[in-house]
Amino acid sequence: MSIGLLGTVVFWMLAVIAVLCGAAVFRVDSMARATYALAVSFIAVGAQVLILGLSYIGVITVLMMIMEMAIMAVYMIMFMGMNPALMPMNMVHGNKAAAVTAAGVFAALATGILLAPWPDRAGVPDPDPTAALGEALIGSKMLVMIVVSAVLLATVVAALVLALPRGRYDRFGDDLRRRPPADPQPGGVGR
Amino acid sequence: MTVQLVLLVAAALFSVGLYGALSQQVVVMVMMGLELMINGVILAAVACYWFLTPTPTAQVVLLVVIAAMTVEMAMGFAVATLLHRSRNSDMTDMATDLSG
Repeated sequence: MSIGLLGTVVFWMLAVIAVLCGAAVFRVDSMARATYALAVSFIAVGAQVLILGLSYIGVITVLMMIMEMAIMAVYMIMFMGMNPALMPMNMVHGNKAAAVTAAGVFAALATGILLAPWPDRAGVPDPDPTAALGEALIGSKMLVMIVVSAVLLATVVAALVLALPRGRYDRFGDDLRRRPPADPQPGGVGR
Repeated sequence: MTVQLVLLVAAALFSVGLYGALSQQVVVMVMMGLELMINGVILAAVACYWFLTPTPTAQVVLLVVIAAMTVEMAMGFAVATLLHRSRNSDMTDMATDLSG
């Protein structure tokens, strides 16, 4: 199973787009442009995943990034109260140290990548990788899915606890017995 | 196309993301750096799937990586919301007392 010459050319074009847009995230002067650059970078990687035959993983990568960019847009409007695209910004700290560290990490990774004795491919891709993934998830790899499910549930709960402005413990106290609840405005109809 | 070349692209994405995560002051921009790093990890995992072990196990690893990105996203937005509410700020420099 091969991806052909056209696939190879498109793959490398997408690789260049992914890296350039990734770098643009920290070069452009507004958060909105950075958000778009990150989305393009992720979509390029998602398309590369599609070219390498993993249609399901590629599509969920692209869909997740589109959703995240939508959330990020809501976030910017909520907390910035303006059109963020019109707000130039350059808020960095330790720029030089960060650049040196990143370059050092890239050099170390590249050295390892180029020097490692990579093995040959073991086997051939499944004709339908999505079906193979599904069967693995409901079979031998079910424990992974169960653990991921629990982690995602914990994430939902933790994110709500952090983001909630006032919960029932704020209203009714730690033992939930405070009556009437401590509300900024009294409820009811004033009787 | 070889596994080394694709992994080099993944390493470039990871390093750019690391630069962003270390250098940015705004919490959301730090999150963008972390996401670029995960983007690189996704590409590296796909390269390993295609060039080394084209098995469902490699795909399951990819799913776990994507789940990690989801968790990072959700918790990052929640922390940024809390930070904004309690300190009226979205900068990491205003929350250095949270480190450690």
